[in-house]
Amino acid sequence: MAKPIIQVTNLTKRFGNFTAVDKISFSVYPGEIVGFLGPNGAGKTTTIQMLLDLVTPTSGNIRLFGKDIKKHREEVLNRINFSSAYVAMPYNLKVGENLATFGRLYGVPNLKQKISELADFFDISNMLPKMTGSLSSGQATRMNLAKALINDPELLLLDEPTASLDPDVADKTRKLLLQIQKERGVTVLYTSHNMAEIEEICNRVVFINRGKITDSGTPKELVKKYGHKDMNEVFLTIVRGQEE
Amino acid sequence: MKIHRITAILIRHLYLYQRSVPRLMDIFFWPVTELLVWGFLSAYLEKAGFGGANVVTILLGALIFWDLFSQSQRAVSVVFLEDVWERNLLNIFVTPLKVSEFLVSTVLIGLVRIILVGITIGIFAFFLYQFNLFVFGFSLIPFVLSLLLFGWAIGLFATAIILRFGTSAQVLAFGFTFLLQPFSAVFYPVSALPQWAKNISYFLPTTHVFEGMRQVINTGTFPWGTLLASFGTNLVFIILILWFFYAMFADVKEKGRLMKLD
Repeated sequence: MAKPIIQVTNLTKRFGNFTAVDKISFSVYPGEIVGFLGPNGAGKTTTIQMLLDLVTPTSGNIRLFGKDIKKHREEVLNRINFSSAYVAMPYNLKVGENLATFGRLYGVPNLKQKISELADFFDISNMLPKMTGSLSSGQATRMNLAKALINDPELLLLDEPTASLDPDVADKTRKLLLQIQKERGVTVLYTSHNMAEIEEICNRVVFINRGKITDSGTPKELVKKYGHKDMNEVFLTIVRGQEE
Repeated sequence: MKIHRITAILIRHLYLYQRSVPRLMDIFFWPVTELLVWGFLSAYLEKAGFGGANVVTILLGALIFWDLFSQSQRAVSVVFLEDVWERNLLNIFVTPLKVSEFLVSTVLIGLVRIILVGITIGIFAFFLYQFNLFVFGFSLIPFVLSLLLFGWAIGLFATAIILRFGTSAQVLAFGFTFLLQPFSAVFYPVSALPQWAKNISYFLPTTHVFEGMRQVINTGTFPWGTLLASFGTNLVFIILILWFFYAMFADVKEKGRLMKLD
């Protein structure tokens, strides 16, 4: 089996007396799209922020591409990118300026050509001279995804990328993501509360609740294991089962 | 340190300046307004025979120096706040950008700002009050450099406080220098201060800069001791503030507050 892109071992994060993430361990392998699922406050965002070195773990180990992010932060972050529905891009810059800024931050060679390619791919070429603040949610999502691919990442961390999008735009975004994954072989860690979406695009899912990993497997395996008709019911069973 | 990441942050802020009226006003309009007020006052004092022949030079010189110091401080703090206001901090800090590169870029942005402010008010002071900033040759340049360093350090301190206490502390980005002004002997000599205030003032690099500036203007001699005192106190402040900033940054990462600053 290939070496994992993400290898998390006994990862714990405590904020005072509150344990947000409690000794979790999981791995993500090259080319996988793994859904990282759980209810609000389960520990998903804290885990992703630890993966990105934005939050310092209390204990445990994170290895990305086989390397400790603390010791190899610059090298590791050069190979990753991130997009979230809840993180804005500077609204008072033009779309092209935003993409150019992030391209420079990653030291992307032939930046103009790269921006042009991504703009074509995401169908945002006509938006490049527009102010970011004037974009609709769907357009902003496509711009965020273009930014997330600016450095040709090997690993993409996507935090609810389709939240707040209408079903049509959300569907187009999912298809784009699948296309990206297929064409570029990117590994994706994906959070979402939309279980239909998870079934559609994820090879495997990891459930986290109250800071602990409660289950994992392919969507089909989990649906079969819990005897339900879809992932939505599996989600409810896992979350509510723990509440009881 | 990678130059491309430093220039990325620098260019990102230059994009903003080229189309933002409030930012341009901060560089071109407000300093000139302040210059007009102090210029008219100085001219009046000179005509009325108060303060001696050098009153215009001393007051306008002090005003210009103080503006450069304030701009240097504000530039550093506001660069950070721009990303907080735009909820862009996460995007910035998930790139390989290092904190040290971010800090260097803020210094460069501050430098661009003060060059623009310096040129603008230098030109206005020359044409309105026949005040030539360069009449003292290069003897004031080391003092300006010392001021800029202190402005940068204070800007960093304000940023560290904002990191720790959130945007409710952002008023510091705009007003912190005013807390130091009474003790910095900007428009009056240190001897005019009461003893308790003198004791505070000697710890501030700004005090030595303004004392030195007045000595250059009044006597034409270069006060090496005052310059050394300004750089010496600056060094202490810079070391302490850098330590404080990195400690606050580590604390924010420990407590997961970086994304909650918005």
